[in-house]
Amino acid sequence: MVTLGDYLVVSGMLFTIGFAGVMVRRNIIIILMALELMLNAANLSLVAFSRFHVDPSGAPNYNAQVFVFFVITVAAAEVAVGLAIVVALFRLRQTTHVEDITSLKF
Amino acid sequence: MMLVFGGAVIINRNPVASALSLVVSFLALAALFISLDAYFIGIIQVLVYAGAIMVLFLFIIMLLDLRAEELRKINWIASAGGLAVALALIVQIFSVIGSFPLAKQPFPPLARHVLSGAEGSTSDDVHRIGLLLFDNFNLPFQIIGVLILVATIGAVMLSRRETR
Repeated sequence: MVTLGDYLVVSGMLFTIGFAGVMVRRNIIIILMALELMLNAANLSLVAFSRFHVDPSGAPNYNAQVFVFFVITVAAAEVAVGLAIVVALFRLRQTTHVEDITSLKF
Repeated sequence: MMLVFGGAVIINRNPVASALSLVVSFLALAALFISLDAYFIGIIQVLVYAGAIMVLFLFIIMLLDLRAEELRKINWIASAGGLAVALALIVQIFSVIGSFPLAKQPFPPLARHVLSGAEGSTSDDVHRIGLLLFDNFNLPFQIIGVLILVATIGAVMLSRRETR
């Protein structure tokens, strides 16, 4: 029997993979992809809780699914702006490597 | 499978291979959503992520022609530090889930009319989410619309060449 905990464990592992990606990888595009993984991990646990809280009429809690919809929308906007910034940066510096971009480093 | 390909996203040295593993990971995640009876979210996941966002990623990767990445050596100290922090995070997540009493309960069954779609409609899921979106979440919905507009204008402005 699949329990709520199983989905939460998978969600936590996915989030950790995304987090490790942000910490370890030094390519901005890969970092953006890892950010997407983390957002999706949050979505997965939201949907799991939505399915878990069944109201008396027998329907899942759709508030969480509306929230997931908003998260997906914001993620799409974020990726569009992020990749535009990456393109502008690449034009300026010819690199997508975070260690080559240290203008703001103290 | 989703976790394997999610791991492949950050392990692959080649950005294109990494992006393709991300597509497979998102498709498997959509399958998980559908197994949770969230059909609308699953379909949105495939359309928006596997369709739109990944095409954007691949397009940018092709546009920038990233191949110098392979020559770089790995910064082992930074990698080890990052993995240690990630390991601490997952231990923490597991301990929280382990001490969470509700996590051991199976999912309660859904009512029959929710699964089969009441009133003869097959898209009851979409129907309910749409009602909720325009009733309770009308203001956030409009704000999201403005946000997307601003993001579109911002992306165009950022990627525009300076014309003098």
